[in-house]
Amino acid sequence: MAGRSAFVSGGWTPWLYLAPALVVLGGLLVYPIYQLGLISFFQYTQAQVSGGEPTSFEGFANYAELFGDPQFWQVLLATVLFAAACVVSTLAVGCALAVLLTRVRAVPRLALMLAAMGAWATPAVTGSTVWLFLFDPDFGPVNRMLGLGDHSWTYGRLSAFFLVLLEVVWCSFPFVMVTVYAGIRAVPAEVLEAASLDGASQWRIWRSVLAPILRPILVVVTIQSIIWDFKVFTQIYVMTGGGGIAGQNLVLNVYAYQQAFASSQYSLGSAIGVVMLLILLAVTLVYLRLLRRQGEEL
Amino acid sequence: MNLLRVRVRRPGRLAAEASALLIAVVVAFPLYWMVLSAFKPAGEIESSEPRPWTLAPSPDSFRRVFGQQEFGRYFLNSLVVACCVVIASALIAFLAATAVTRFRFRLRTTLLIMFLVAQMVPVEALTIPLFFLMRDFGQLNTLGSLILPHIAFSLPFAIWMLRGFVKAVPEALEEAAYLDGASRARFLWQILFPLVLPGLVATSVFSFISAWNDFLFAKSFIISDTSQSTLPMALLVFYKPDDPDWGGVMAASTVMTIPVLVFFVLVQRRLVSGLGGAVKD
Repeated sequence: MAGRSAFVSGGWTPWLYLAPALVVLGGLLVYPIYQLGLISFFQYTQAQVSGGEPTSFEGFANYAELFGDPQFWQVLLATVLFAAACVVSTLAVGCALAVLLTRVRAVPRLALMLAAMGAWATPAVTGSTVWLFLFDPDFGPVNRMLGLGDHSWTYGRLSAFFLVLLEVVWCSFPFVMVTVYAGIRAVPAEVLEAASLDGASQWRIWRSVLAPILRPILVVVTIQSIIWDFKVFTQIYVMTGGGGIAGQNLVLNVYAYQQAFASSQYSLGSAIGVVMLLILLAVTLVYLRLLRRQGEEL
Repeated sequence: MNLLRVRVRRPGRLAAEASALLIAVVVAFPLYWMVLSAFKPAGEIESSEPRPWTLAPSPDSFRRVFGQQEFGRYFLNSLVVACCVVIASALIAFLAATAVTRFRFRLRTTLLIMFLVAQMVPVEALTIPLFFLMRDFGQLNTLGSLILPHIAFSLPFAIWMLRGFVKAVPEALEEAAYLDGASRARFLWQILFPLVLPGLVATSVFSFISAWNDFLFAKSFIISDTSQSTLPMALLVFYKPDDPDWGGVMAASTVMTIPVLVFFVLVQRRLVSGLGGAVKD
């Protein structure tokens, strides 16, 4: 850890180094967030975009409309449950396989590592189409293997969500696996040796020695997974054809997109965006508190 | 040596290795099926009894994909977008990470917290304001409308990740460089930059993926001039939900996935050690 004395004050130099980052982030992140909030308070539809009608301030009208719409609550609930299921499955698979990696010799380890890299490297769009093809009722191998006949996975609400979940876990467990594996490898062997000399069982070593050391890593991968899975767009959009039959598989992101770009309800779409932003901000605050409790120096 | 590994008795280890191999096969299967289907002749793809091999590999699907108008152009566009994002965000993040790790100045902690919070921003939610921003600056239907936002979105994570690498370079090295008469700029580019290169590789993986994967912005910002479109859009030409051309979809998917796969295999070691270095901090 860098000591206080190690820092140079440097006058304007740090700001010179920071300037490009601040310009880019200010223009393409902070300003759009401000705009998003602004649009959500205005009446903004196709008429205003094309300049046919003036924009009018609506206050919380868009939010009132949104919160009064039962579909919004249904989508919100689906988003939270779907993201939670994705996060839990991804973490469980990723951690289990990370432990498995520490217990095998080089060849199986390399095989699993390369397979995981392949899944990780697969772009979301291609991953989505490939998994659709695997589960295709007419030509896919999965139904054949499971003897399901021409069962359609995307027809039912839950089975469509389940199929998307499988794809999401497939392409996101590698990040968790590799990170946790790197974390376990960084634990000094002497620590584990001492624990086992003291007669600790495998489980005990895990619980009392490894878990505390790995906690910062677990916090990082959990938070990243929450953020990624809460924002899943491509997979839902491609695999369920824009949100499923009658919108049964909509999540907030896709819902906002449909409202804004398909129905030209830009202000409603923006209001949904603001809701998402607030939810993820809350997650961030929890994260910051966890970091502070661990006493990490920023 | 990892003790966890040593303590496992032989039969236990064999079972672990067998399951590791089995899981590897399951994880790799979708990619195998993708490549296999891309090479299957038309009649075999649309067979109700799909076979896990093919006796008559055919380049027909690839021919159809590359025969599609401007597929090569889309590929090039995707590559340009991804490379610009990777290079720009690596350089900008390197400078910013150096500033927040090696200098003490007012607002330093505030900035760090802001970078952390910025990582959490759901970029998809910003599609609407970005659409208007790009329109007002005449950037709709240009590659710039895809490059610029992705630089901004990959920066916070890149800065946060690189911080650990810059921190790990001993302060003594910096003092020694100055004592030897090196200027600050010289230290920055000739000493610090090469030392944090492994970290830059790891962060590049993330910015490359985010740019190469981009689907939403290409769909929203490239609306009339399709020659500025990217690979995901080319792929969706073959994927019509009611009647997909699976051979074409799988061939296009293969072409889209291979560059990323190659990139991953090349940086694999660096990525694992990079993640280890970043999270250890």
